[in-house]
Amino acid sequence: MSTTFRAMIVAAALGAAAAPLLAAVAPTPQAQNAPTAVSIDNFTFTPQTLTVKAGTTVTWANKDDIPHGIAWMKNAFTKSKALDTDDTYALTFTTPGSYQYFCYLHPHMTGTVVVEAATGDAAQ
Amino acid sequence: MSAFGRDDGVSRRKVLECMTWAGTGVLWTISGGVPHALGLIDQAVAQEADSLTFLQISDSHIGFDKPANPNALGTLEEAVARINTLPKRPAFMIHTGDISHLSLASQFDDADRIISKTRLDVHYVPGEHDFLDPEQKFYRERYGRGTKGAGWYSFDVSGVHFVGLVNVLDLKAGGLGFLGAEQLAWLEDDLRGRSASTPIVVFAHIPLWTVYSEWGWGTDDSAQALSYLKRFGSVTVLNGHIHQVMQKVEGNVTFHTARSTAFPQPAPGAAASPGPMKVADDKLRSLLGIADVTFKQGEQRLAIVDTPLQA
Repeated sequence: MSTTFRAMIVAAALGAAAAPLLAAVAPTPQAQNAPTAVSIDNFTFTPQTLTVKAGTTVTWANKDDIPHGIAWMKNAFTKSKALDTDDTYALTFTTPGSYQYFCYLHPHMTGTVVVEAATGDAAQ
Repeated sequence: MSAFGRDDGVSRRKVLECMTWAGTGVLWTISGGVPHALGLIDQAVAQEADSLTFLQISDSHIGFDKPANPNALGTLEEAVARINTLPKRPAFMIHTGDISHLSLASQFDDADRIISKTRLDVHYVPGEHDFLDPEQKFYRERYGRGTKGAGWYSFDVSGVHFVGLVNVLDLKAGGLGFLGAEQLAWLEDDLRGRSASTPIVVFAHIPLWTVYSEWGWGTDDSAQALSYLKRFGSVTVLNGHIHQVMQKVEGNVTFHTARSTAFPQPAPGAAASPGPMKVADDKLRSLLGIADVTFKQGEQRLAIVDTPLQA
């Protein structure tokens, strides 16, 4: 629930018209503006390193005309199914750490998700 | 099914046209390790009675329907028609992987239905697109009978020793294709005791030589495999994966990649990525095709003829 709610706020924050709304409802703008999406385009993960707070759901979207698949170093997580064009894959990170992944079809494609401890709203 | 003749934007197409690798079919003979181009494919080939000819197809990617070729099924059918009208009927066929695009049972079914129209024995090796079903079992169930490990095997025809290898599984982050210790040990054992005069043909999906590491076009541990092949006088390595004809000769080893029957890919470094290359509709078939390989008995040489679907 809370993830969905935050995602809506992020989406709203992207539009300038939503600024007053954001000011009214968002107590932690810094965390909520952080990107949580990785695009797969031209056989590259962008951004190559994504830093998020624990509890964040990260989404990968394949923009290539060829399938890709995400596998995790040290088998930290189950690999994704093959992502055809425009398919997405989402994973929620609960434990801080640095997680490296690669495309299991094209292993020269690599990326990292850095998960930082979630600081309570009060600390912001 | 989508029709041909789509236009997906002139400017992008123009750019991609400039990147097209000019790979017209050429007949090569290899004599004393030196390749000689004998002529254009349509002038080929006076077949000799005492020769062995087999065919290679690759990268049929059944299920692919993107702008680079909305009808990969149709171009495989065209390739099969081409095979069935070759002047000399091949003894058998090898398929160097990426039979399907997404490892769906229906995609393998479609490929099998069309390829079976050649009425040739087909020896397969898998591409990375053939292990995408969750349990990675479809390829093995259909094509892996009698093979070792993930699907490697060898066989002999007319005194030539053929070895099919799997280099698309257990890939490592940041790496290229991968054979693995178990397969390498099997290969060493398989070759042990064979006469150095035995012609060897090794086939696998990803090139066993480094074509372009930035795009992953090579195999991490191929040097180990090639070290077992050094003592043989005639070694031919046939690969797919890069959807274009490339050839390299190193000592007694000839490396060759075949065209895809589905879609072309750019020359190394000629585009931002190795993704499917959209070319003008009337050029597509000049970049897709098949390869046939002939051994002439008693001569340490072979001829590889790459035939595009359309000259």
